[in-house]
Amino acid sequence: MCVALPGTVRSVDTRHNTAKVDFSGTVVEARTGLVPVRQGDRVLVHAGCIMQKLSGTEADEIEALLSEMSGVL
Amino acid sequence: MEGVVTTAHGSGGSATGELISDIFAKEFHNDMDDAAVLNTGDGTQIAMTTDSFVVTPQVYPGGDIGRLAVCGTVNDLLMRGSRPLYLTAGFILEEGVSFSLLRRAAHSMAETAAEAGVQIVAGDTKVIEGHTGSEPGLYINTAGCGIMDGWKRPDGTAVRTNIAAENARGGDRILVSGTLGGHHAVILGSRLGIDVDAKSDNAPLTDMVGNLITSGIRIHAMRDVTRGGLGTVLKELAEASGRVFSIRDEAIPVSSAVADFCRMMGLDPLYMGNEGKMVCIVDRRDAEKALAVIRRSRYGQNACVIGEVLEAEERKMPGTVIMKTAVGGERMIGVLQGEGLPRIC
Amino acid sequence: MADLESIKRFLKNYDGPEMNIMEVCGSHTAAVAKNGIPSLLSERIRLLSGPGCPVCVTPSSYIDRLIELSGKPDVCVVTFGDLIRVPGSEGNLAEARGRGGHVKMVYSPMDILPMARKNPDTVFVFAAVGFETTTPVYALLMKEIVQGKIENIRLLTALKTMPPAVDYLCMNGARIDGFLAPGHVCVISGYRGYEPIAEKYSIPFGVAGFSGAELLIALCGLVHDRGHGVVKNYYPIVATRDGNAEARRLADEYFETAPAYWRGIGMIPGSGRVLREQYHMFDAGSRDLTEDRKANPACRCDQVLTGKLRPYECPLFGRVCTPMTPQGACMVSQEGSCFSYLANHRRD
Repeated sequence: MCVALPGTVRSVDTRHNTAKVDFSGTVVEARTGLVPVRQGDRVLVHAGCIMQKLSGTEADEIEALLSEMSGVL
Repeated sequence: MEGVVTTAHGSGGSATGELISDIFAKEFHNDMDDAAVLNTGDGTQIAMTTDSFVVTPQVYPGGDIGRLAVCGTVNDLLMRGSRPLYLTAGFILEEGVSFSLLRRAAHSMAETAAEAGVQIVAGDTKVIEGHTGSEPGLYINTAGCGIMDGWKRPDGTAVRTNIAAENARGGDRILVSGTLGGHHAVILGSRLGIDVDAKSDNAPLTDMVGNLITSGIRIHAMRDVTRGGLGTVLKELAEASGRVFSIRDEAIPVSSAVADFCRMMGLDPLYMGNEGKMVCIVDRRDAEKALAVIRRSRYGQNACVIGEVLEAEERKMPGTVIMKTAVGGERMIGVLQGEGLPRIC
Repeated sequence: MADLESIKRFLKNYDGPEMNIMEVCGSHTAAVAKNGIPSLLSERIRLLSGPGCPVCVTPSSYIDRLIELSGKPDVCVVTFGDLIRVPGSEGNLAEARGRGGHVKMVYSPMDILPMARKNPDTVFVFAAVGFETTTPVYALLMKEIVQGKIENIRLLTALKTMPPAVDYLCMNGARIDGFLAPGHVCVISGYRGYEPIAEKYSIPFGVAGFSGAELLIALCGLVHDRGHGVVKNYYPIVATRDGNAEARRLADEYFETAPAYWRGIGMIPGSGRVLREQYHMFDAGSRDLTEDRKANPACRCDQVLTGKLRPYECPLFGRVCTPMTPQGACMVSQEGSCFSYLANHRRD
């Protein structure tokens, strides 16, 4: 459930509450209104709406998680 | 089988298989392959096939229904190793189809036939009433025939081939001729109003297959990757040969735009449809050469070796397709189930 | 620092007490299969698939209502793709469309707005199915409908919330030693809501992402935390303890909590969302769609959904019950656990 994918905000249209979000070249007009976004933000999109901003890169996230796991192993 | 036909029966996956085996195969009593090989009586053999095209939208990024109608039939003929020569074309038009669309489709057919080296030699047109409220439909059927052992070496001698789904054997290498899913992505995208950064791959593979055959590569099996996607084709080939196919997820070519579109829709590139891609299973010793030949051919520049054929053994049942995933796991690959509808919520 | 190889070694060599881990999100079920995760785990770690596919847990009466609506001359049903194949008590939306019913598939609920503006004489009904992640999208749609005074859009809702269902499973004796918590649900709702459940049953929860590496790391954490009622976040890039407050505020503006019927499980108090009283004119008759005709009395979906039975242990699996002829909730969508096991030949 809840299929969602990160993309990059290319432009924001504040009048229509939309933003153009780029997914490896495919640009989708996504609805804004759940979180403030700016051009260049990496955002999570679900069913054509921006759900949240990403707090970093996927690679950094994995690295941080692995470093936390050191204590477990 | 009960009930009525639904769109899933046209998806090329398990539902299509059931429809064919439960209804047609019972009446028509023969191997229902992509193309039939027939004896003419004087020692020559011809390959024959037919296909119908109902795609909407009828014009899409990278092609249209006319180009598709030629590619589909030509590629089916090629996969038996034959050299395609002639096509027929049947048009079923709903009232209201514009002349400009029809003209465009006919022009594409002529252009693609020339590219594929075939002639369109007979045709038929019927007009039927349309459905109210929807775009008028344009449907095309093409039938085609090709000649077996029709490919000639540079010195003029004919190349004899023995290409059949059951011929894959242990040690063979599995090649895919290019990036997957582009056709499916642009068609689904345009229905959903999403402008996917991709083009349909609809293309005749005449140049590629001709080059492979005439360069003397030992091709054991070949299949075009169409509606059911790569997963369905590999599973069918593995079952036909009674061998085990071992493939690597990371080796499967998919453009990043199509990969992202699949993630957005909850779909798997392995089950996305194509109209100008093939799987080719060749003798291990010819794998490098085959890859080079495909990459040199039209529409083959992104070809890859994706895995190998293994003999079945105790822990690996005949007919299984095992994929090594990017994180090192093993995943069993089956045929497409259902019809690959986007799941969002 | 640990690396992925050491995580994999830990999971493969684990020889502690048996560990049943349930993923309650359908996208996790799909990601587990796609990444071949079961093959990377010790035999003592078993993955179970829970009721986290909203399409699967929608009762047959809801589908029947959509089919009925699609057959009316001036009504068009608008839906996400995979709902089209879900069986009601007689047939599905694909068959209804084949008989001339009006059914349109979209990517976003927002796509209904231009349709409604262009065809003012048709009433467009959105099949509003989903969990906490999708509810704010419907709230954004409602905001547009109300502000734009659009009169020809209705919602037929089957909205659900995850924590009451998870609590229900634990309370009813499902043998679960850890939960992969749904990553995208937590983006909106936060994972705060799982803390009391973790504590109550001393079961660890790991909020997980959807890549192979994210799944393996979360599983490793869960195995390590066995027996401890903790909630940990292994998807910090988008999921947080508090979630997206603005999204929740908007959802609360239009929707209120209600009991909900889960196909294969039954009624769970407080596990649904419905349009608030003042927006009832936008509802296409969502209330009281609780009847669920079991297609086949031998169907064991209830036991599969609660982790008591493996999909292939059901007598109907793969024979009577296939993706083309689904007999119960778990086979209807690509995210259903039975569908996923069958399509991927899973036998773990």
